[in-house]
Amino acid sequence: MALLSVDELSVTFGGVHGRKESTAVDGVSFDVDQGQVVGLVGESGCGKSVTSLALMGLLPGKGVKLGGRADFDGNNLLTMSQRELREMRGKEIAMIFQDPLSSLNPVVPIGVQVTEILQRHRGLKGEPARKEAAHLLDRVGIPDPTRRLKEYPHQLSGGMRQRALIAMAVACAPRLLIADEPTTALDVTIQAQILELLKELVDEEGTALLMITHDLGVVAGLCDQVNVLYAGKVVESADRHELFAHPMHPYAHGLLESIPRLDAPRGEPLKPIRGSINDRIAWADGCAFAPRCDYYTIECLTGTPALTVPAAAGHQVRCVNPVREPVEIATLETPDVTATAHGGTSA
Amino acid sequence: MSLLELNDVKVHFPIKRGVFFDRTVGHVYAVDGISLKVEAGETYGLVGESGCGKTTLGRAVLRLVDITSGEVVLDGTDLASLPDKEMRSMRRRLQMVFQDPLGSLNPRQNIESILSEGMAAHGIGANQEERREKIRAILAKVGLPSNALSRYPHEFSGGQRQRIGIARALVLEPDVIICDEPVSALDVSIQAQVVNLLDELQEELGLTYVVIAHDLAVVRHISDVIGVMYLGSLVEEAPSDSLYAEPKHPYTKALMSAVPIPDPVVEEARERILLTGDLPSPANPPSGCRFHTRCPWAQPKCKEERPQLREVGDGHRVACHFVEDIESGVLQIGTDRAAVVPAARTEDAGIEAAAAKAAEAAEAAEDKAVEEKSASVEATDSEAAETDSTESAKDSTAQGA
Repeated sequence: MALLSVDELSVTFGGVHGRKESTAVDGVSFDVDQGQVVGLVGESGCGKSVTSLALMGLLPGKGVKLGGRADFDGNNLLTMSQRELREMRGKEIAMIFQDPLSSLNPVVPIGVQVTEILQRHRGLKGEPARKEAAHLLDRVGIPDPTRRLKEYPHQLSGGMRQRALIAMAVACAPRLLIADEPTTALDVTIQAQILELLKELVDEEGTALLMITHDLGVVAGLCDQVNVLYAGKVVESADRHELFAHPMHPYAHGLLESIPRLDAPRGEPLKPIRGSINDRIAWADGCAFAPRCDYYTIECLTGTPALTVPAAAGHQVRCVNPVREPVEIATLETPDVTATAHGGTSA
Repeated sequence: MSLLELNDVKVHFPIKRGVFFDRTVGHVYAVDGISLKVEAGETYGLVGESGCGKTTLGRAVLRLVDITSGEVVLDGTDLASLPDKEMRSMRRRLQMVFQDPLGSLNPRQNIESILSEGMAAHGIGANQEERREKIRAILAKVGLPSNALSRYPHEFSGGQRQRIGIARALVLEPDVIICDEPVSALDVSIQAQVVNLLDELQEELGLTYVVIAHDLAVVRHISDVIGVMYLGSLVEEAPSDSLYAEPKHPYTKALMSAVPIPDPVVEEARERILLTGDLPSPANPPSGCRFHTRCPWAQPKCKEERPQLREVGDGHRVACHFVEDIESGVLQIGTDRAAVVPAARTEDAGIEAAAAKAAEAAEAAEDKAVEEKSASVEATDSEAAETDSTESAKDSTAQGA
């Protein structure tokens, strides 16, 4: 069984005091195995960060409706009490946030922030805790760790702060690490260092890593399995080689076509995706991407398309008219549209 | 003659201390001696990491920050020594597109008011009616509906706001537009729209761009010439095609290899140079070559003597004492300074693996089709043959395995 198994996770905000409800995550399912790197990719507003916050139990209790299951080692994270979650967070599941400056306490030295976790979860105190903290900082590549322990977050550079956060995250050898845009705030040369460090952790410790990012380049170098999100649903899920070689959902295909590549020949105009994320229809009425899609037909407006399994192993696509460039896949029959929701054709 | 020419431009910000007396205790050397030329109708890309001074340089060209020394020559006029009043009228010819499209548009002004303000200040159009006509034409050019005139910035999406920012620059008919991170605040799918728009406008109106960005892939796509900055100075300048193909300066090499490429096969096939350490503080830059503290090829000479930009052929200008030696392999990379991550596998192996995977997938698909067919045949049989069908199903799964 997978270490983390997310099944039809949904997160809905609002709905109180007569406010309109808005669904940020709309039935997301994926698995993360031991030692595996799973990517959640999508643009802003697709629900990737909300998914990670829901898994960590960090969403506010009021005004948020959670649905589905998220089983970590057999226990549903969504129904755990705050007490149980506190026991779990930092020890079994740890998180690395995007902005290292605002996720560290500015008035507490780095050393205290690291030893706090060691004390809480591993019962280390005093000198042994300090030694262990220094060892952790050393491990993530911070030079002169004993001096750094006494320093405050503002005295560290951006890359160093992110390293300190990673040191805190791996302090208790968690089995699952959730990284929410861990390199977005960093420069490319520092990004390369941090990604290499994460790779090492996964290889050496067998930690499972859930990588949340908008950068397809980061995904290409790191993730084993990639889930592409659009408007709160997974629209394509595949092994990274498979995804980048044969993207089948028009959104994933369009994204890959639209980004300029450093190694591509110059001179050709980019092929952007039309419109913006605001041009979408409700999933209940059809495919949310249909208004921006080049491959769209009237069938796209008949209920939510199902996440179907095309030819290659583990490759799933939520699309009625997937992009089919590879020949071997084109021989397959068109997968049925299992219209689970009411299939109203709203134009 | 070049349209825009920078000669040894320096921008130093004083660091002040003290309560009663503003003692100057040092300087931040944000831009420290940059010379470059931008030809009319071409795009000059400036790249570098945060803190390298690229934004300050862009602002210095417009004199939004004070230039400490050096010349900024636009079409024969030195902007650095112009009186303020004349500089204000020169700004019509030099416009800027900012990074944050929402932060650079006044939330309480509608689009017509935002766009016509600059026109009125520079005396373009006899009256508001005339200006409105012109604004309508420009809005159509940047792909916004004409009913945008009476709307406010918050009513637009990020990509549309950036179009408004571009329109604001265009209404003044500038010669040079300085784009400071024009797409970095936008989503990936929107970035391409704005990049294409900039390209089209350049072709149509013959604009000259200076594009400042940290995203190398974007800069390479739109620029003709790229300058790579490190700690306030240019370390390499080259035509954008050959910069990626043959980066010559050690910093450029590391930078190029650090940019992730959205293709797993390429990612696994290339060797990467991982620099250690961080950017030094521009308030206390290293002696000699600014990059020597992180350079994997650094020699004793690098610490003492600051290299100047010099021509090394193929249109490259490089500020490094040892370009030729690195090129010819006389100098080897020092592994104590940088980790070289070797290619996970060779390119051929990557392609083979992908091909094998595809073949496997096709096979699996065939098996599945066969299985489905046999299952449907059996379904038409009578229920009495149920034991039979389970047996044959077993067979077919065995075949599949």
